[in-house]
Amino acid sequence: MATITTPAPTDDARLGTLTQRQRDVRGGLFRLALSISVIVSIVILATLIYEMASQGRPVLTTRLGDFLTSGFKTNPELAGVWQGIKGTLMLSVIVALVAFPIGVGAAVYLEEYAADSRFARIVNINIRNLAGVPSIVYGLLGLAIFVQALGTDLGDGGGLTGGRTVITGGLTLAVLVLPIVIITTQEALRAVPAGLREGALALGATRWETIRTTVFPAAAPGILTGTVLALARSAGEAAPLLVIGASTSVFLTGDQSLLEQVTDGRFTALPMTIYSWARLPASRGWHELVGAASVILVALVVVMNGAAIMLRNRFERRW
Amino acid sequence: MTPLEAAPVALRSLTMSDRKRRREALMRGVFLATAWVSILITLLIIVSIAREAWSFLTQVEMGALTEKGWFPRRGLFDIRTPLVGTLIVSGIAMVVATPLGLGAAVYLSEYAKPRVRKTIKPVLELLAGIPSVVIGFFAISFITPELLARVRSDVAFFNLAAAGIGVGILTLPLVASVAEDAMRAVPHSLREAAYGLGSRKMTVAARVVFPAAISGVVASLILGLSRAIGETMVVAIAAGATGGSLFSLDILAPGQTMTAAMAALGVGTDQVKGADAAFQSLYFLGALLFVMTFALNVAGDRFVRRIRERY
Repeated sequence: MATITTPAPTDDARLGTLTQRQRDVRGGLFRLALSISVIVSIVILATLIYEMASQGRPVLTTRLGDFLTSGFKTNPELAGVWQGIKGTLMLSVIVALVAFPIGVGAAVYLEEYAADSRFARIVNINIRNLAGVPSIVYGLLGLAIFVQALGTDLGDGGGLTGGRTVITGGLTLAVLVLPIVIITTQEALRAVPAGLREGALALGATRWETIRTTVFPAAAPGILTGTVLALARSAGEAAPLLVIGASTSVFLTGDQSLLEQVTDGRFTALPMTIYSWARLPASRGWHELVGAASVILVALVVVMNGAAIMLRNRFERRW
Repeated sequence: MTPLEAAPVALRSLTMSDRKRRREALMRGVFLATAWVSILITLLIIVSIAREAWSFLTQVEMGALTEKGWFPRRGLFDIRTPLVGTLIVSGIAMVVATPLGLGAAVYLSEYAKPRVRKTIKPVLELLAGIPSVVIGFFAISFITPELLARVRSDVAFFNLAAAGIGVGILTLPLVASVAEDAMRAVPHSLREAAYGLGSRKMTVAARVVFPAAISGVVASLILGLSRAIGETMVVAIAAGATGGSLFSLDILAPGQTMTAAMAALGVGTDQVKGADAAFQSLYFLGALLFVMTFALNVAGDRFVRRIRERY
C-alpha cells in the first residue's frame, strides 16, 4: 500500500482552496444554455402570435365586424367565422351542462364519501389514464356510441342524439374534458380544511348538508376554475369533432330556429373552420382568414384561461 | 341574565328523520353514479374500439397489412406506413421538446429568481394552451417556408419535419412542467449539503438535483412522447398525405401518421359507411394508438409516483 503524504499547506494555499479564483466558465456556459432554452421558448410563442397577427391583419383591420358576423362563403373576401363561433358557443354550453354536474359529482363522491376506499383508488387511477387518452380516440368513442348507437345511423338523424349533431359533438367534448373537471374539483375539495367539515357535522348537519352548506361554498372558486379550464380546452379541440364528422363547411341560411340548429346534422366549430381554411390555397387569401380566425380563437382561449387564473387568485383562501 | 336551561333531550331528536335519511341515501347514490361514469367511459372506449378493430382484422387479409402503402379506400393497409410516420414525427418532436423543455425546467427550478419565474411560467402555460390547429397552421405558414426552406431548398410544402417541430412546440410545455415539478420536489437539504461541501451552482443543479429528480425527468419525457404520438391536428394540417401515402422515410416529404390517417378517414366517413374495411381501419388505428399511449401513460405515472414517494 502506498502512503500518501501531503505537505502541510501554507495559509495562502488554505485560503486559495476556499475562494473561487478563476471565473466559473463551465457554470457560466451551463447557465447560458439554460437561459437560451427559456428564451427560445419565449421566442417561439412570440413568433407564433406575430405570425398569426400579421397573416390576419388585413382581415382584422379592414373588415373585423363583417368577418365576425358573416358565415362560410366560397369567396375569401366575404367569408367569416360567425358559424364557427356559434358552433363553439353551443358546444361549450353542452359541455358545461354535462361535464360540470357529472365531474363535480364524481369528485364529491371520491373525496367526501369514499376517500381512501378501494373503489376510489380504482376510479382515481382510471381518471388519470383517461386524462392521457389522445383526443382523437374520444372521437372514435363519440362516433361509435353517440353517432351510431344513440343516433340511429351515420348522419341520418333520429335516435337520442340525432346522429352527427351539435349534441353529439358536445357530448364527445364533455367526455373528453371530464377528467379535467374531476381532477381540479378534487383538488379544490381537498383544500377545504377538515375542521370546517367537522364543525358542520358537530352542529348536527348530515353529510349532504355539510357538503351543500360548508364544503361547496368554500371550494366554489376552485371548482369554477377547473370548469373554465375545461371549457377552454374543449374550445380549442378539433380532432374529435373531425372524427365524429362535424362539417368543415356549413352553408346555413341562419334563419332557422334554435331547435332546428341543434338537431340539424350540420354543425361546425371555430377550430374546424380554421382547419378547413388552412387546407385551401394561400394564394387566394384563405390564409389571411386562417390568421384572423386563429387570433380570435387564441384570444378566446387565453381570456378563458386568464379568467380562471384570476378567479383562482382572487378567491384563493389561505386556511 | 337567566341561566340557560337544558332542554330535555329525547332519543328522537338525535336520530335522523326518515325523510332526511332517504335524502342522504339519494344524494350518496347520485354521487356514486357520477363516479361510475368515468369507469363506464373507459369500458365503452375499450369495447367499441376493440369490437370494430377486431372485425377489421377478421375482414382484411393479413397480407394487406404489409402491402406497399396506406390507401384504405383501395384496400391497402400497410400498417408500417402510418406507424413509422408517427415514430418519425414524435421523434422529431422529442428532439425539439427535450432540450428546450428540460433546459427550461432546470432554469425555472434552480436558477430563476421568484420574480423571473413568475413571468416565465405564464408564458409556458400560454404556450400549452394554444390550440393545436393554430400550431398546425404555424407549421405550414412559418416553419416550412421560413425555417426549413432556408436550410434545404428541396423541402416539400407538406412535410413530416415541419409537423414534427410543430408537435414538439406543443409537447415542450408538458415536458417542462412535469420535469420542473419533479426538481422542485427535491428537498432543499440535498442542495444545502452539496453547497456545504463546496459545490458550485452548476454542480448542484446537474449532479445533485437532476439525478435526484431523474424519475420525474423520465416521466416528463414519457408523458411528452405519449402526447406527441396522440397529437392529431398539427399533423393533419402540416404533414400532407390526406388520402393515403406510400411507405416513406423522407422527413422532407409528405407522410402519414396514425392520427393523420384517422383524421383523413374521419373527414371521409360520409363516403365510407358502416361495415366497410376502410371505416373499420379507423378503429384499428385507434386501438393501436390507445394501446401505445396507455402503456406510456401507465409507465410515466409510475415514475411520477416514485418521486412523490421518495420525497
